[in-house]
Amino acid sequence: MARIVSLAEAVRLAVHDGDTVAMEGFTHLIPFAAGHEVIRQGRRDLTLIRMTPDLIYDQLIGAGCARKLIFSWGGNPGVGSLHRFRDAVEHGWPAPLELEEHSHAGMANRYVAGASGLPFAVLRGYNGTGLASTGSIRPITCPFTGEALTAVSALRPDVAIVHAQRADRAGNVQLWGIVGVQKEAVLSSERSVVTVEEIVDSLDQRPDAVVLPSWTVSYVAEVPDGAHPSYALGYSVRDNDYYAKWDAISRDREAFTQWLEDLQ
Amino acid sequence: MTDCDYTSDEMMAVSAARALRDGMTCFVGIGLPSTAANLARATHAPGLVLIYESGTIGAKPGSLPLSIGDGILAQTADAVVGVPEIFNYWLQPGRIDVGFLGAAQIDKFGNINTTVIGGDYRKPKVRLPGAGGAPEIAASCREVIVVVRQSNRSFVERVDFITSVGYGSGPGDRERLGLTGAGPKKIITDLGVLEPGPATLEFRLTGVYPGVEIPTVRERTGWDLTVAPDLETIAPPSTAELAALRELQARGGVQSTRSDG
Repeated sequence: MARIVSLAEAVRLAVHDGDTVAMEGFTHLIPFAAGHEVIRQGRRDLTLIRMTPDLIYDQLIGAGCARKLIFSWGGNPGVGSLHRFRDAVEHGWPAPLELEEHSHAGMANRYVAGASGLPFAVLRGYNGTGLASTGSIRPITCPFTGEALTAVSALRPDVAIVHAQRADRAGNVQLWGIVGVQKEAVLSSERSVVTVEEIVDSLDQRPDAVVLPSWTVSYVAEVPDGAHPSYALGYSVRDNDYYAKWDAISRDREAFTQWLEDLQ
Repeated sequence: MTDCDYTSDEMMAVSAARALRDGMTCFVGIGLPSTAANLARATHAPGLVLIYESGTIGAKPGSLPLSIGDGILAQTADAVVGVPEIFNYWLQPGRIDVGFLGAAQIDKFGNINTTVIGGDYRKPKVRLPGAGGAPEIAASCREVIVVVRQSNRSFVERVDFITSVGYGSGPGDRERLGLTGAGPKKIITDLGVLEPGPATLEFRLTGVYPGVEIPTVRERTGWDLTVAPDLETIAPPSTAELAALRELQARGGVQSTRSDG
């Protein structure tokens, strides 16, 4: 059963130095408040997993929380580069960052394998690309047709962190709109933290909603607007202006350091 | 150019929109491809089915989204599915007619690099965003159209890193690699249109915009560009196309023409 706790307590209980952490949310429902709490609590040596690192991992990488990044697209959507991510890869600032790089299809399938309790997933992909020969991507032959396919190893994070629209007092979680790989991330992880816009007495049924039953979630914390500058459909809109303005902050180590001080 | 009541970026968006036919299914990248696809839907192709990798199928945004996951896409879609489903059920089997992609670097065989430029992979000169959905879009859509501004830095003999495969090293490579889609059919730029030569699969210039001189296109191409014998001069934007594009952009809030995955 999920425990309903404060955000600070959820992060303290679920995220430890050296953990493999997946914060998911595909443009929508990105758990920014939880990511900021990880920065405030000074976690180190994390292996961060996320399909689209987005601003949240730019911030965690710049803050020195990460040792390694497992990802498939590291840009500021519609704006340009993630400069903290680039600075870490190109110049090792504030620390070198090891990369494990995939396509979106590969990452999604790795989560599916993890959620399914399988060691790998199979897809038709990567052939001919420069990504094809890394440790978590291997050729595999179909035992039925002989077709040359690609196997990707399962993701099994220590902890998944996602944001959702709401939960009830028993910790059952409901999310809808663009649902990304949040369900797969939670089900493939050892522990999970879900921040929600609101905790309600009972969840009315929504045919379009994904439900994470309380017994699949470790901790639920009520954090209104916890996805900002991402958004929660039905509660907030994406703060596109913040994404545009992040470019200047992220580009400059001093401006970023000031941002980091203001966050504490 | 003499007649400058439109920009080269506007000409590019219009030219790219014209490449899409009504009723097609189109897997759309954000930035230039998304602008062009939405322009097509606002003009000659109201039945164009827009599919974004965020899992939004049949999105009908009234303004240009900044990201592939803006709320407007989910709210106007026929269906919203999870990310594993959009790639596994919808893209992988070859159901999508056209993949509409941007590029940071592209070579004469239409291979796309959005990963690293210069240096080596571990210590690149420039770290780009990476693959996103593009490798499988390039592999599995029935055909691919690339929309990208042309410069001799972005149009190279051989990409530094193959993120998404075009024709690999030439004829036969897609078949050998088991890529099910036909590959890139057009590269639409701010100067004109390039298409693969029938025998070599090397991209050559098949169309230019009004006022664009061939030497200019050659200067902005990093390989020895061939010009098709039947080179076409592409019609300038019509009043209706230009009005529709400007209206979309005015309603777009933050307008971006950056291309990414």
